[in-house]
Amino acid sequence: MEQVIFYVFAAVMLFAATMVISVRNPVHAALFLVLAFFNAAIIWVLAGAEFLGIALVVVYVGAVMVLFLFVLMMLDINTAPLREGFARYLPVGVLVAGLMVLQLATVILSARVDLISGTIPEPAAGVNNIKAIGGLLYTAYVYPFEIAAVILLVAIVSAITLTLRRREGSRKQDVAKQLSVKKDDRLRLARMRPSRRQGGGAR
Amino acid sequence: MIELSDFLILGALLFSLGVAGIFLNRKNVILLLMCIELILLAVNVNFIGFSAALDDIAGQIFVFFILTVAAAEAAIGLAIVVVLFRSRGDINVASLDAMKG
Repeated sequence: MEQVIFYVFAAVMLFAATMVISVRNPVHAALFLVLAFFNAAIIWVLAGAEFLGIALVVVYVGAVMVLFLFVLMMLDINTAPLREGFARYLPVGVLVAGLMVLQLATVILSARVDLISGTIPEPAAGVNNIKAIGGLLYTAYVYPFEIAAVILLVAIVSAITLTLRRREGSRKQDVAKQLSVKKDDRLRLARMRPSRRQGGGAR
Repeated sequence: MIELSDFLILGALLFSLGVAGIFLNRKNVILLLMCIELILLAVNVNFIGFSAALDDIAGQIFVFFILTVAAAEAAIGLAIVVVLFRSRGDINVASLDAMKG
């Protein structure tokens, strides 16, 4: 039963991947990639990786693919010249893909590498996948974890720096200029004689 | 019962589809990025399969890091695409010939 479910979702996933590389409209390609990610998440949950399945849906479908769609719809792209060469490179692409599948399948199915016999054990009862990952991530893998955080920070900074555009005539504060202002630049003390008011009333 | 070879064959097919997509859509930068995502997904499927078959959680930790790096790569790649579109007006790879490589 579990195998049937796996095959169904794997078939949908491969169909979605085929559509990603073959549809005419890039927006449709992005939506088919979302479908492929959903099916991958289901397959991962079937394999016992619940945390990563949910993380794939949240991070990839929720953030990365929305970013892709955002950029696709923000840029006014003429897709006709981008499609040229599709028919010309179709035989080469199919040939390379077929050869790679053949080679990988030969390795995977060959008798010398004993991979076929390894079936996936049932997840042990009472072992929480998220707890196991957290327990390992914050102890043995804490330095890679911190480095991953730094990589994300670098990605934030670089993406903002790349796309930040300084426009002419936009009003903004110059903090350094504001801080280096002296009292004399702003304030003028005027000496004036005390003058009497015209009605002579003392207040 | 799902076998390990099922995961590996699925990963191999997905990887080949991603590589074929790079061949077919070699003019469109955004589709190239999507094909890279497909390839990374295939690698992650392999890792999950091995992690489950060997009953070793370290494979899932590795997938976690691959996901992190792939998200960073997608963000930077899309930022580069936006800058490219701003300076050139299109995202055709064929028009990227300023360095005459």
